Amino acid sequence: MSAPARSPQVLDDKISGGIGASPQRPDGTLKVRGEFAYASDLWHENMVWGATLRSPHPHAGIRSIGIAKALAYPGVHAVLTHADVPGENAYGLKHQDTPVLAEDRVRYQGEPVALVAADHPEIARQALKLIEVDYEVWEPVTDMERAAHDETLPRLHENGNVVRHQRIVKGDPDARADVVVSGVYELGMQDQAFLGPEAGLAVPAEDGGVDLYLATQWLHVDQKQTAHALGLPVEKVRLTLSGVGGAFGGREDLSMQVHSCMLALHLGRPVKMSYNREESFFGHVHRHPARMYYEHGATKDGDLVYVKARMYFDGGAYASKTPVVVGNGTTLSVGPYNVPNAHIEGWGVYSNNPTCGAMRGLGAVQPTYAYESQMDKLATALGMDPAELRIRNAMSEGSTTVTGQVVDFPAPVAELVRRVRDMPLPPPNTDELGFPGGAANTTHGEGVVRGIGYGVTIKNIAYAEGLDDYSTARVRLQVIGGEPTALVHTAAAEVGQGLVTVQQQIARSELGVERITLHTSDTSVGDAGSSSASRQTYLTGGAVRNACLAVAERVYALAAERFGVEATNLSGGKVVAADGAVVADLAELLGEDVIEETREYHHRKTYPLDPETGQGNAHVQYGFSAHRAVVDVDTELGLVKVVQLDCAQDVGKAINPDAVLGQIHGGSAQGLGLAVMEEIQVTDGVVRNPSFTDYLIPTILDMPPMRVDILERPDPHAPYGVRGVGEPPTISATPAVANAIRAATGLELPRVPIKPEHLTGT
Amino acid sequence: MDAEITLRVDGADQPVTVDTRTTVLDALRERLGNTSPKKGCDHGQCGACTVLVDGRRVLSCLMLAVAADGAEVTTAAGLANGDLHPVQRAFIDHDGFQCGYCTPGQICSAVGVLEESDGELSRAEVAERMSGNLCRCGAYPGIVAAVEQAAGEQR
Ligand code: FES
Ligand code: FES
Repeated sequence: MSAPARSPQVLDDKISGGIGASPQRPDGTLKVRGEFAYASDLWHENMVWGATLRSPHPHAGIRSIGIAKALAYPGVHAVLTHADVPGENAYGLKHQDTPVLAEDRVRYQGEPVALVAADHPEIARQALKLIEVDYEVWEPVTDMERAAHDETLPRLHENGNVVRHQRIVKGDPDARADVVVSGVYELGMQDQAFLGPEAGLAVPAEDGGVDLYLATQWLHVDQKQTAHALGLPVEKVRLTLSGVGGAFGGREDLSMQVHSCMLALHLGRPVKMSYNREESFFGHVHRHPARMYYEHGATKDGDLVYVKARMYFDGGAYASKTPVVVGNGTTLSVGPYNVPNAHIEGWGVYSNNPTCGAMRGLGAVQPTYAYESQMDKLATALGMDPAELRIRNAMSEGSTTVTGQVVDFPAPVAELVRRVRDMPLPPPNTDELGFPGGAANTTHGEGVVRGIGYGVTIKNIAYAEGLDDYSTARVRLQVIGGEPTALVHTAAAEVGQGLVTVQQQIARSELGVERITLHTSDTSVGDAGSSSASRQTYLTGGAVRNACLAVAERVYALAAERFGVEATNLSGGKVVAADGAVVADLAELLGEDVIEETREYHHRKTYPLDPETGQGNAHVQYGFSAHRAVVDVDTELGLVKVVQLDCAQDVGKAINPDAVLGQIHGGSAQGLGLAVMEEIQVTDGVVRNPSFTDYLIPTILDMPPMRVDILERPDPHAPYGVRGVGEPPTISATPAVANAIRAATGLELPRVPIKPEHLTGT
Repeated sequence: MDAEITLRVDGADQPVTVDTRTTVLDALRERLGNTSPKKGCDHGQCGACTVLVDGRRVLSCLMLAVAADGAEVTTAAGLANGDLHPVQRAFIDHDGFQCGYCTPGQICSAVGVLEESDGELSRAEVAERMSGNLCRCGAYPGIVAAVEQAAGEQR
């Protein structure tokens, strides 16, 4: 069957700019015109619309599912249930514990139970109402701490309710200190809230397979899981990336992938699925809520002596990335500080709350909020400046982490804190519009107090704990229209971060060729891994570099054969020798030849943690960022305005400085959102606010001015010295804002998001 | 109930028969094949669907197509006749987007803001007037800079 009529598009290949420049995005023109085809824009003449019936209950048995009435509804083509899943009815990123469609029980509100395909989305929705599911409603498991320890609770999965438990012991776990502070911190459930909802188009193929066009973060892991559930060999399930309207972790687990393919294969016609906003809140995993018990001990001079922590992460109904959250959460639990003694325990659990998985800052957002709150508490107890306390204890190159890993790359933590501390402070507000409450004119300044707060974080970059993390790139060099042109092909997902620009920049610099065409990302080339863990510039950037180097080697061989000269460099369309002499014009040398090479990039090996002591070299690289927030708080109304949010981050090497800045702005906005407004409110397993009216994300009015300082201390182990960028600013923004509100109000505020009622005590 | 209407979309008359409950957004996207305006919420909460109707910005998910019968509807795709409008150029210059999903709506909204304002726009006013357009990628600093640049060019 033919490809979709509206489908992924050709990106601009006539832009210039290599590594270190900030060239225009190749998708820029399409995006500003609205002509970049997102998954929800895909179209096929012959297509029908798929829709999903979801469980209204967080925990229930299913006695029966009646589909006859729905099937008889005019305009309906198919109604499918678990009995129609062709392969194994189970998938999952880490554990295969998630049914494609529920069988005899549901474990969260919104769990998919049945599918409909119809002529029109409205008909499909009507038909969903006609499916008769007989539920036996059960008491939900909702408390993460009880789920970890209470053996009397129902077991939600075969192996009980603990997905992962990890202990880390360093030094003397019973160490004593002059000054001790402790606290219990909680973090609500945050949503990725990407603006382009889940969507895709499945087109059945003549070979009995299926072509799926979709928005995702990781094509190959979708392919593997989808093929398994469809009972097809992977090569018969081909995926092509369409425009992705943001991801932030929320597209790492499957949503409509298997469902749309099941319907398409069943009907032998293309099926489009496109979630609406409400369904999107149920259609993807969220950030793990957490409860964390922390105790910090320090000498009276302010040197950290020990950290003890017990942390609970609520993973909800299915495992998703809970094991990784526990791994990251515990290994990063003491922050970017030198801590000689530690005793840390983390639990990730199953419950009947919505499933939680990947979100920007995975597993680091929770502990950073807790330990940075503790650092402020400790500073107060010591009578010390909070920035000074952080600088005093900051880790640096050569430091040993809590898992015994020696940091063998730059770690300029103290420098980052100094830089944000020393930035100029904004003047007191004088503008009526500038107070909390803005144009609503709720105050003329009375009851408004100002505070300053810091947040600093450490985030592991790329995959950890022994996973072989890699990406693949294919590069083809040839002369087209008299001009040497390189075609770069990877399966990496452009989700907004600007990876398409970075791939072009690297190829331009390595090949000395202006014209770089990007092949649409799909599964006809090797795995690129996920656009997550701040890893794509590092890994896919590394793969594009390696493939370009391999192509260049072949050009040099050609030059040697032709001219007997050893070339070492490609630059400005010329083949150049070590002494700078031009050996040949690249276009002339290539002639009709086509040089194509495919290469992978694997990062340095990491190792699993010791199950008892949690010791081990689990991470390949860390990113660091520091924020300083300045807030005004209206203590009578409980309104907060973030007046200024400054950030310093080390990025190793800014391949594209503008894109780095964009990541820092965007990440900071999301961290601010978690601090003061964003939470999926769940009561007894039921989501109370699945809409943008009730789930608030920062608007342009909430976004404060930002001063950003980008450091470039290269990591000698990474391609070009790069260090992952995307996640750290999301993480350190939250505690900076929270600490600023505490500084302004003197309140303890142990939970984020901080809401008006926490500030007014009502 | 069906109604026969004509929308003038991006300069071309488009007669179309729609169910009277159809929104301008659905008429554009599902019936007329113009997917430039995006659907982020379908409830007037995100601004991704913003288009210009007779030069004024509207949330096309909240306006019924029958109410736009005979009106001039301009999407981001039709702002500049195959070329780029100064606001679009400014969004590119200032990196006013990442994923781009909010962008056609942001741009139509910004064009409307410039149309509404007769004098200078302060940063605070730009933010106030653009506050109905969410950007989850958080490209707000670039968006403010882009609107300021376009406003400067307009003067
Ligand atoms: S789609 Fe119209 S405002 Fe969100
Ligand atoms: S650019 Fe992604 S939502 Fe604005």
